[in-house]
Parts: sequence; structure tokens; C-alpha cells
Amino acid sequence: MKKMTYGEAIREGMSIRMREDKDVLVFGEDVGAFGGCFGVTAGMFQEFGEERVRDTPISEGVIIGCAVGAAATGLKPIAELMFIDFLTVGMDQLVNQAAKMRYMFGGHISLPMVVRLPAGGGVSAAAQHSQSLEAWLTHVPGLKVVYPSTPQDALGLMLSAIDDKDPVMFIEHKAMYAQKGEVKDFVPIPLGVGEIKRKGSDVTIIATGKMVHEALAAAAELEKDGISCEVLDPRTLYPLDKELIRTSLEKTHRVVIVSEENKRGGYGGEISAMISEEYFDLLDAPIARVGALNTPIPFAVCLEQYVLPNAKDVVNAVKGIL
Amino acid sequence: MKVNETIIRDMYLSMKKIRAFETTAMNVFAEGKIPGFVHLYIGEEAVATGVCSHLRDDDYITSTHRGHGHIIAKGGDLKYMMAELFGKSTGYCKGKGGSMHIADASKGILGANGIVGAGHNISVGAGLSAKYRGTDQVCVCFFGDASTNQGTFHESLNLASIWKLPVIFVCENNNYGISMSQERHQAIRNVADRGAAYGIPGITVDGNDVFAVAEAAEEAVKRARSGLGPTLLECKTYRHRGHFEGDPGSYKPAEEQAEWLEKDPINRLVSYMKENDVLTEEGIRELDAAIDSEIEAAVKFALESPDPELFRAVEDIYDNITEEVRVR
Repeated sequence: MKKMTYGEAIREGMSIRMREDKDVLVFGEDVGAFGGCFGVTAGMFQEFGEERVRDTPISEGVIIGCAVGAAATGLKPIAELMFIDFLTVGMDQLVNQAAKMRYMFGGHISLPMVVRLPAGGGVSAAAQHSQSLEAWLTHVPGLKVVYPSTPQDALGLMLSAIDDKDPVMFIEHKAMYAQKGEVKDFVPIPLGVGEIKRKGSDVTIIATGKMVHEALAAAAELEKDGISCEVLDPRTLYPLDKELIRTSLEKTHRVVIVSEENKRGGYGGEISAMISEEYFDLLDAPIARVGALNTPIPFAVCLEQYVLPNAKDVVNAVKGIL
Repeated sequence: MKVNETIIRDMYLSMKKIRAFETTAMNVFAEGKIPGFVHLYIGEEAVATGVCSHLRDDDYITSTHRGHGHIIAKGGDLKYMMAELFGKSTGYCKGKGGSMHIADASKGILGANGIVGAGHNISVGAGLSAKYRGTDQVCVCFFGDASTNQGTFHESLNLASIWKLPVIFVCENNNYGISMSQERHQAIRNVADRGAAYGIPGITVDGNDVFAVAEAAEEAVKRARSGLGPTLLECKTYRHRGHFEGDPGSYKPAEEQAEWLEKDPINRLVSYMKENDVLTEEGIRELDAAIDSEIEAAVKFALESPDPELFRAVEDIYDNITEEVRVR
């Protein structure tokens, strides 16, 4: 058992594999001696050297494209984008190349690559550095998408992401890097396996990323009113652990879906649609969704807090369907 | 570069095979036997042939939407190519890719590509891989003049240059980006001039002279293999057909077309061979006949191959996930 931060856990996941496997390397903007914009790769340059922890110019397209070419030819690259928002600049390489190569080429090429994507708001980084773009990624066949909410999950999912033979989008919430937690297992957490973060019997709250903690706070609050919430963290957005969702709904028959994305077109909507199509019979109440307002993320602290979802919104949503 | 009879014969075979494959693709497309789009390489055969004459099976290439020539020159199998054009289950991509997405990992062919300029970035990754693993493999990135206006061109040449990666950037300057001539789409005449911006050699050669291409490629490949980094090699050439089949190419002036037809790379090689007694008329006929029967066999293979089974549509998206099938 070890206490480490979310950022340290991501670093430890990468480092474990890099110590074992020379084919794993990291590159991105300022990931070298500088240690990464959020300090996630700090110390890796010293441990693994400049060949394996490589600074790139500010060229997001070729950062992702370089990972594609390297993965197609035998390496297991981990590419870091400084912010998930910068995906827009490299989207062709991700969507038209990384995601489609295996399929277009008839299954003959594997792309074992990880793209690390610091996401989310809450740090007054404003509209171009705070987005939650889960839906863009989960929409594309060929990508796997994970979103850990704790240091333990971050470490275990990073190991699986590196081991996987497909492009894995590793979403990290930037406001959680300093959050500490217990890490007791240093083994892979399989992709597609969610976890019940809190057991309950009245309502299932499905939450992702930092929203897991808002959901847990809401559950603690609701307990005071005698309402028992089960908090379910899918951990992997695609492939989604539908079985865990079904099992939980068989018990609670009510669900609130919480995502930091702005609601319109968000992945939370996809989970909602899936539940209503496949598990409608299990429901005793309409599905409720909690998300950010449909705005760009504003700068001022008060405005940003107003736009982003929080525990209070979750409490209200749960009460609304009881 | 020293050329001997075997090398010249191989060059002729490669160029003629490309021409014959493309002519057949043109015909079967016109007959409505293959769906989608086809972008033919006719007129540009000397570029792929000259460059690939210096590559090994374990070297890499990235290709373009006009990729058949690169794939043939790198050793692709005509049967599997033709079957892919027909969308058959026996094609290189099991009928999931088509003309624009043929790849063959065993030959280092990292795929034709439907996105103009996308191969630039991928070639840098392959170059990094070769260098990182400590091999002397190289990656050749084929692209057209128009793709040098994409951001990927700048990003990739810059990164390949600062990391001294074994990538040879081969610009097939056929003077057109679809309908837009080079003088309209960029303010320079020689794409190779852009090499200076990245501190790498930029060389322009006659892309319809297979020997000139091969000689320049030899130097660039040697540089790459010995760790000296990338080269930008511009080969001036011309596509005889439209951008895709069905494009009449009316934007190409008649005199320009006539002038370039005069410079046909295969005719030039044939003249050279005759003048220098490399191959007799009869020797050439024998090679042509062998190519024709290989193409015929490829078409037969494609025609006789089964369509893909429908449920295969949901396979090969992931290593370990098969998506849901449609229920009807």
C-alpha cells in the first residue's frame, strides 16, 4: 500500500512498463527535463533518458501521427498532449489514421499506442484549456477511451492501456493531478471493467472522471436524508461495462448519469440512450442526466463554477427521480 | 549510380507492371466492375520505381490516394491489390479498404492514404521507430506537390530534421492538386526549395527519368541509413489521366499534355534500352507478355473471389472487440 497522487500514479504506470519493455517510450511537448506542463513526467527524463522521454516541438498533428507510425512499426508509444483541447489540431491523425488503420487494412496492422489527454475544468483555464471531449472520442470506432477517477485506477488503467493493441485515449482530469489516494495494486485493471465506488440500493449514480467525487459527495449528503446511492464509475468509456450497469439497475431501478461534458451530445447521453434501449424494463423512473451547461467554459471563477456540474446538482437530480 | 542490365530490366518490369495494372484498373472501372474512386499513377511510374530500387523489404513507405504504383514498386502482390479494388474478401484489406487504403505490413507498406498529407506524419513515426530500435531501416514518404501546403508537411519535415530521422520525403510534383496547377497553389516552382527551411537537402530531379530518380534516391537513402537524417527529393512528373477516373482533366492545356506525353518515362527507358542494346525488341515483348499474364491472372483471381461475408463488417475494428451485427 502506498499513498500517491493521481499524477504520480500515471507516472508510475508508465514507468513500470518502461522499466520492463524497451519498446515503450514517451513523447510530447515539454515532457523531458521540464517534466510536463502538469509535472506528470517529472523525473522520467532522468530515469529513462532523452531517447525514451522525448520533447517534441509544438506540433500536435505530428505528435499523434508519429505515435501512429511508431506503433505501426513495432513500438508502444505514449504521446502526451498538453491539453485535450489541442486534439483539434491533430484530429486527422487520430480519427482518420489511428482509429481506422486496423480496419481499413483488413486487420493486418495493430496500433498499440496511448494518447494522454489532460481534460476538464475547474482551474480557470477558460474555453480552450478546459473542455471535456469524451463524446468526440467515444464516437469514433477504433478508439478505446479510459477516464480514471483515482490514483489506483489511473495506475492500473495505464498499465492496461500500454499493454493494449489498439489506440487508447487516456483522459486525465487536470484538477485531480494533486489528489492523493491509496494505491495497493500495481497490476493492470482491465479495460471495460467498471467499479462500484460506493454501494447503495435506492439510486445508481453513474459518474466519470472527477464527477465520481462529486457523486460520492452527493451520496454522502443524501445518506443524511436516508437515501442510499450506489456510485458506479465505468472507468473505461469504451468499451463500456454494460453488465455492471445492468446489475446495479436490477437493484436500484433508478439512474442518474453525471458527466462534466456540456450536456448536448455528450457521452452521458449515449449511456442514457443505451439504458433506455436495453434496460428500460429495469427502470422505475425516468433517467436523469447531470452535465455542464451548453456553453464554452468561462474564465471567471464564479462563472466557471456556475457552468460546471457539482455535487449539489447531483443531489437535486437524485431527489428529482425518487 | 552504376546501372547494369539486371537493374535496368527490373526497372522496366516495375514501370511496365504499374502501367499495365493501372491501364487494367482504368478499363475495369470504366466497365463498372469496380466501385468507388480510382486515382491512377500512369505517367509517374519512374518515381516509385527509381526510389524503391534502393529499398529493402524491411524498409517502410507511406503512400497516397494515388498509391498503386508505390505498392507495386515496393513489392505488393497484384492479385491481392486487384481483389481489393474489386472489394473482394481475398483483397489486401478483405474488401474493407479499397484502392485508397492498400497496405502490406510484411513489405513495409504502411498504407495508401485517403487524406492528403497524412503520410508525412506517419512516416516520421516509422523513421523514429527505425532509429530508436537501432536498425538501418529507412522510410520513404511519397506525396504530391499539393500536399506540401498541408500543415503536416511542415510539422513532419521539421521533426524529422531535428531528430535526424531516416526519412526520405519524395515529392511527386505532377504540377496539379486536383484541378489547381502548381503556379496557382503555391508561389514557388521547386518544392525542393522548402528543404532549406528545415536545414535538410532539397533536390529536384527529372521525375520521368528513372535513372535520375534512382541516382538521387540512392544518395538520399544512403544519408538516411547512415544517420544523417532526412532529404527532400522532388521529382518533376505528370499524371496522364485526370485526378480520378471520370475527371476529364480539362484544366490541363493540350500543349502541356502533348509535351509531357513526349516525355513518357516508359518510352524513354525503352529508347535507352534499345540504343544501349540492353534488351531487344523481342526481349521486351517477352517481358510484356509475362506482365500481361500476371495482370490477367490478377483480374481472374479478383473476379473469381467471393464477396466478403456481411458479418465481417464488424470485425477488425479492434484487436479484441467484435461489434454488434445488424439484425434484420
